[in-house]
Amino acid sequence: MVNLSVKIGKLKLKNPVMAASGTFGPEYRQLIDVGSIGAVIAKTITLKARAGNKPPRIAEAPSGMLNSIGLENKGLDDFINNKIQLFPKGKTALIVSISGDSDEEFKELLKALNKIDKVSAIELNLSCPNVKHGSRHGLTAQDKGAVSETVEAVRRLTKLPLIAKLSPCVTDIAGIARAAEKAGADAVSLINTFPAMAVDIETRKPLLGNMSGGLSGPAIKPIALKMVWDTYQKVKIPIIGIGGIMGYEDAVEFILCGATCVQIGTANFVDPRTPAETLRGITSYLAKNKIDDINELIGRLGK
Amino acid sequence: MKQLNTKIIKNEQVAPGFYRMRIESGYLSGKSKPGQFVEVRCSEGSDPLLRRPLGVHRIINNGIEILYEVVGKGTKVLSGKKTGEGLDIIGPLGNGFDIVSADTAIIVAGGIGVAPLMALAEKLVSRRGSVIVLIGACKKEHILCERDFKNTGAKVLTATEDGSCGKKGRVTDILEDMLRLPVFGARSPIYACGPSGMLAAVARIAGSNRIPCQVSLEERMACGVGVCLGCPVKIRKSSTQYEYKMVCKDGPVFNAEDIAW
Repeated sequence: MVNLSVKIGKLKLKNPVMAASGTFGPEYRQLIDVGSIGAVIAKTITLKARAGNKPPRIAEAPSGMLNSIGLENKGLDDFINNKIQLFPKGKTALIVSISGDSDEEFKELLKALNKIDKVSAIELNLSCPNVKHGSRHGLTAQDKGAVSETVEAVRRLTKLPLIAKLSPCVTDIAGIARAAEKAGADAVSLINTFPAMAVDIETRKPLLGNMSGGLSGPAIKPIALKMVWDTYQKVKIPIIGIGGIMGYEDAVEFILCGATCVQIGTANFVDPRTPAETLRGITSYLAKNKIDDINELIGRLGK
Repeated sequence: MKQLNTKIIKNEQVAPGFYRMRIESGYLSGKSKPGQFVEVRCSEGSDPLLRRPLGVHRIINNGIEILYEVVGKGTKVLSGKKTGEGLDIIGPLGNGFDIVSADTAIIVAGGIGVAPLMALAEKLVSRRGSVIVLIGACKKEHILCERDFKNTGAKVLTATEDGSCGKKGRVTDILEDMLRLPVFGARSPIYACGPSGMLAAVARIAGSNRIPCQVSLEERMACGVGVCLGCPVKIRKSSTQYEYKMVCKDGPVFNAEDIAW
């Protein structure tokens, strides 16, 4: 029997496959069994409701997509009162993604989520390219000091495992990851989307209502892999690899580059069966290669 | 809704750039309602990546038909598919038209907007209602399904911007002319699909005549089921407040008066 379970801080996951924030929700229950994978990361919530960006919010790129949703959500209270019960109990860990304009907002979110049994861990979305963060220039995840500050602020408030979600738009992602680790993060997840554009040459206007958005999908996978590999050289906490994973082959690449877990995002829109199929594929890959514990594969990239 | 491995029965060009595909699926035949749509995976690879949302054109005994215009990469790939090939479809999706009991119903279509209205016309006629279909397009070649609508028993009027078919002008011109006749009124609901400018005009005309009007909207989508929040439409909550609803999950059919045009 192959061991697939991995740990993020004190959280034990039954397997390393996760569904990424904003790409997977209870709406998929009619199509697939959402209970087979290790964790589901709920769509990012903020303290107060956010209307999101004006349409169009979606555009396609070669082997990728651009989105500028703008963190539309109904806020913390609605999540607790109406959304959380829609996620399956027990079998699959529920990780809640949160974002705030200030450390105070992150803290308020944490205080409320601490009290909810169903929440297994928190992902700090420090890197959404579609929102402006208070008075700060750029993203929290683009500044080591800001990352430390936010992670430290919430670390003091919770025993829940904390995952810092990082932006690829930095000169040294490993350095940012190291700052998150030092500040007490239990894991880092990378990468979020790349700021990107697409243009309609007939109307001569951007295809997205918000001018630009975030690029995701297979187009960004090779860059994400390199960032996971670089980060793996610098941090000891688990890395959650994200970026264009469409199947188990992609997931195994990430694991070999140092990822303990993988998140599947854009692929859910293409085929919602992808997370479960990726898990099946990883399991057979391990069996075929006579590896009885997935943890033995992490970072085992030959040279 | 289900994710289905369906089979293509037929995929034929019906006008330059426009195709009709017949898809075998007992499930879609049984479950689809006029106004709903399906998410079609055009390519097995990653380019084009996203599924394409396409309206259910007709509901037939053993499946459904879709009618589509080749406008980009996805529909181009789709147009090359052959009889017997498999097709990965998620559907049926969305809410569909709310069929209102009425002696006469008015259907207004612009261009490829005829796509979801054929199933609706067939349904309305089967309920023994009288149906008037107004079709508008820029030119004759883009007036689609005129004969098919007539075959259902509906009365069809057309308008083209260049005057090559029917009245010279816009489909909303014939709608306005028609509504001046005393036989129409609040009892004749309007169902419309087409470009957003046309829909806004239809909504305005319906509003000023106090006629209930439902419109089927189109928007770029990713998931098609309400997960990604990628296809918003601005809805009026009150005279000063708005909210976004999702075309995929809350629509694609909306009451015209609810939309902040």
